[in-house]
Amino acid sequence: MATGVPISWYLILSAVLFALGVAGFLLRRNVITVFMSIELMLNAVNLSFITFSYQLKQVNGHIFSFFVMVVAAAEAAVGLAIILTVFKNRSTLNIDDVSSMKN
Amino acid sequence: MDVILFLIFAAIAVVCGINVVVQSHPISSAISLIGVMGSLAVLYLLLGAEFLAAAQVIVYAGAVMVLFVFVIMLLNAGAETRKGRSWMAQLLGLPLVFAFLGLMAYFVQHLFPGAPEVHFGAFRHGTALDVGRALFTQYLLPFEVVSVLILIAILGAVVLARKELE
Amino acid sequence: MNFFLLSLIKAVVVAFVLLTTLAYLQWVERKVIAHIQVRLGPSRVGPHGLLQPLADVIKLITKEDLLPPYVNKFLYLAAPFFAVTMALLSISVIPFGAEIHVFGTSTWMQLADLNFGILFVLAISSMGVYGIALAGWASNNKYSLLGGLRSSAQMISYELPLSMAVAAPLLLANTLSLRQLVERQSGYILGFIPRWSIFQGPMPQIFSFIIFMIAAFAETNRVPFDLPEAENELVAGFHTEYSSMKFAAFFMAEYANMITVCSITTTLFLGGWLPPWPASAGSNFVAPLIFVVAGAIALYHGLNPARRRDRLTLPVVAVVFFVVAALFLIPFLQGALMPLFWFAAKTGSLLFLFIWIRGTLPRFRYDQLMAFAWKFMFPVAVLNLLVTGLLVAVFS
Repeated sequence: MATGVPISWYLILSAVLFALGVAGFLLRRNVITVFMSIELMLNAVNLSFITFSYQLKQVNGHIFSFFVMVVAAAEAAVGLAIILTVFKNRSTLNIDDVSSMKN
Repeated sequence: MDVILFLIFAAIAVVCGINVVVQSHPISSAISLIGVMGSLAVLYLLLGAEFLAAAQVIVYAGAVMVLFVFVIMLLNAGAETRKGRSWMAQLLGLPLVFAFLGLMAYFVQHLFPGAPEVHFGAFRHGTALDVGRALFTQYLLPFEVVSVLILIAILGAVVLARKELE
Repeated sequence: MNFFLLSLIKAVVVAFVLLTTLAYLQWVERKVIAHIQVRLGPSRVGPHGLLQPLADVIKLITKEDLLPPYVNKFLYLAAPFFAVTMALLSISVIPFGAEIHVFGTSTWMQLADLNFGILFVLAISSMGVYGIALAGWASNNKYSLLGGLRSSAQMISYELPLSMAVAAPLLLANTLSLRQLVERQSGYILGFIPRWSIFQGPMPQIFSFIIFMIAAFAETNRVPFDLPEAENELVAGFHTEYSSMKFAAFFMAEYANMITVCSITTTLFLGGWLPPWPASAGSNFVAPLIFVVAGAIALYHGLNPARRRDRLTLPVVAVVFFVVAALFLIPFLQGALMPLFWFAAKTGSLLFLFIWIRGTLPRFRYDQLMAFAWKFMFPVAVLNLLVTGLLVAVFS
């Protein structure tokens, strides 16, 4: 009988991807790359939900994951529209340069 | 067989994830993110979530990432220039991240001592039938609310991205 | 037999048949368009131009394979590879026929029967956008970028009516697996009308069929939606900077997409490999009859040839057709060959429709194309889905 994969490995993978997403979000300056790091974090969370759904033998985790996907798609659409507008006005994609509301 | 498949696609996911964060040109980050989503779709299949694996490829990798790639192409975003990197942050940051992840791995391993191992094909309730049934009976209200959310997002995107009416 | 070995053999057979069909689909297209335009088409290379695809392959392989210095190397090399991979991947879930028993094992004439087969096809077709978008971007050329962007925008716009048109027959069949879709279209209404999706009550899917075909034309970048690759528009669109085998890869991807889309149409709407009337009423004799008639026509023209070389080639063609007709009459081969024949006949008719329309219609302008997708096709597809859902809910 083939051995399976321990559940904790999926959770550790989810943690690693989430950590990478946080690192990208905090370290990068290009606003599109920051956005992509957010998507990476959302994907990591989806993996966690589905792993727990497997462990608890229910389909509810899949439903949560589905809603996360839908919300992420809506957020990507609106966020990219905002980025387009900001680029039209400021001609820069560097988030350090759009800080005119600070101070 | 399950272990080999998991290791291959987890490795691809992690390498592509590191690539997303490390690459200087946004288009390379976008391609790597597509790689992450594709390998995650395979991992969902290994966990028995067949509808979600298909939805991941259709929605995330096939629509959201196309949107990202379009915006990067339209804005002609160049490679990012680095200015004022703090070496202290890198010196402290990377070992701390590894320490944190190691601690997480240790705790996760010990929190679930009797957890079932993931065998491909053991979870059979991830079909479109089961997801649809739960979505339209137990989770009907969130489903309807999320459709209104999508409508708002469409309207918002159209309003924000259209040409100015002079 | 071992599952992996069996799958490998099936995959090799399907890949071989698909690649040969790709090459000869191009020959068929050139001949049909030529005859629509009252000219001959390829007729010099081999008898009736049958070796033309081979000549084209040799030409494309031996052409200079440029790698321009100003392109993004990784994406430039990866884009045609990606396009071809996605185009060929959808074939793996299409059912070509019924269950066959060969060499002691019984297997279905399908590479993989996924529970969510139709979602797999939609997923692969939505990934196919990347090959074109990245090719346009990587070429570092304004014509390529515009062509790539236009083509990708067209493909993702028409994915919406495509998915809605796919969802409607799924409501009738109540399954996502392609094998079960075909099985639920078996049987006959009133004894002689086949229960295909386009004839099935409570809602015959004829509108879904039309919407799907129009969206399929747009998805595969075929006339009348081929503005992104029209020669007099954007130099050559997204494949301006590509030469030899990489250019051939894009062409292969386009024809493979065409074959895939016609196969999916056949499976969803036209009953897959099921015959149009029952075998008890003689549908098993249609195939040998067609080949015998074709052989007789070839023989007649071979005996009164128009050109001197036809005195040799046409009787050979006639003999080949008679042999194939005889193969269809052998009882133990009939179980495997008849479903394949019906599937190939239906898919071939749809491919002929694609080629016929290419030779007939002018192309849409880009803004007309996008307005058609969003202002007409999408509302009609949603309305069709709503009406189908309503009728299915009321009558079952």
